[in-house]
Amino acid sequence: MKSAVIVFPGTNRDGDAVRALKSVGSQVEKVWHAETALPSGTDLVVLGGGFSYGDYLRCGAIAGRAPIMDAVRAHAARGGLVLGICNGFQILCESGLLPGILMRNANLKFICHRQFLKVERNDTAFTKAYAKGQAIDVCVAHGEGNYTADGETLKRIEGEGLVAFRYSDAHGHVTPDANRNGSMNSIAGIYSDKLNVLGMMPHPENLIEDLIGGTDGRGLFESLMTFTAKAA
Amino acid sequence: MKARVTVTLKNGVLDPQGKAIEGALQSLGVDGIGSVRQGKVFDIELNTTDKAKAEASLKAACEKLLANTVIENYKIDLI
Repeated sequence: MKSAVIVFPGTNRDGDAVRALKSVGSQVEKVWHAETALPSGTDLVVLGGGFSYGDYLRCGAIAGRAPIMDAVRAHAARGGLVLGICNGFQILCESGLLPGILMRNANLKFICHRQFLKVERNDTAFTKAYAKGQAIDVCVAHGEGNYTADGETLKRIEGEGLVAFRYSDAHGHVTPDANRNGSMNSIAGIYSDKLNVLGMMPHPENLIEDLIGGTDGRGLFESLMTFTAKAA
Repeated sequence: MKARVTVTLKNGVLDPQGKAIEGALQSLGVDGIGSVRQGKVFDIELNTTDKAKAEASLKAACEKLLANTVIENYKIDLI
């Protein structure tokens, strides 16, 4: 698998994404936002976490319109894989690659803690290594993760099975208490219509080694490796 | 030519920041505040004196960047 990790001014989790990708055997290249093309043969584009452009205007708004994003949109339109984590999810929403928007957390607090997610489906490029309904233990760290969409969009996302992850308890039960940022329907991550673009607020790349407290995030990167190996 | 663009949240979109400001005003004892919604104001200088051109540029600016029309409305005022 060849991965491209996009770096915007203010992105600060690109290193962790690179590390997670390399740990499952991917080739990885960092790509500066002012570039207009992706490295040839790119299978997966990753937009990592951070505070691109200092969150000016709206989180992800300016990065979502950066020169490289035209290439990322073209990659997605060809069916190429795109993963946006945290600020990367905000950028995907602002760039039009995913519907809806991430608003300020309902409780107005920056939240930073371990978080269980319920895996909604395990038949996508991103989740094959998990079981359907499994609760995975990862992390969240954000101030604007409150997923919001208009009623019609939400209905479509739910109807077409485009919800990737929901905030849950350790048993995979989606409870109001587990939904600390106030997201509609406890949505933690969503797919594009063709399931090749995933945006998620939580950080799977944080939990890839026992040494740092868990490995539940690893499955996502392993899934991508398996998927691209089969496609090649 | 100058313009002021005002971006506000659409009705029905939850505005926790506005709510917090509303609460703060109440705790300061400011009377008569029903509710508060927070928005943004952009003061823009244009390089043209053609009103139609200016309006077209401002509309493009709003649609492409200044407002996220999923949740926000915008208003353009040429000054």
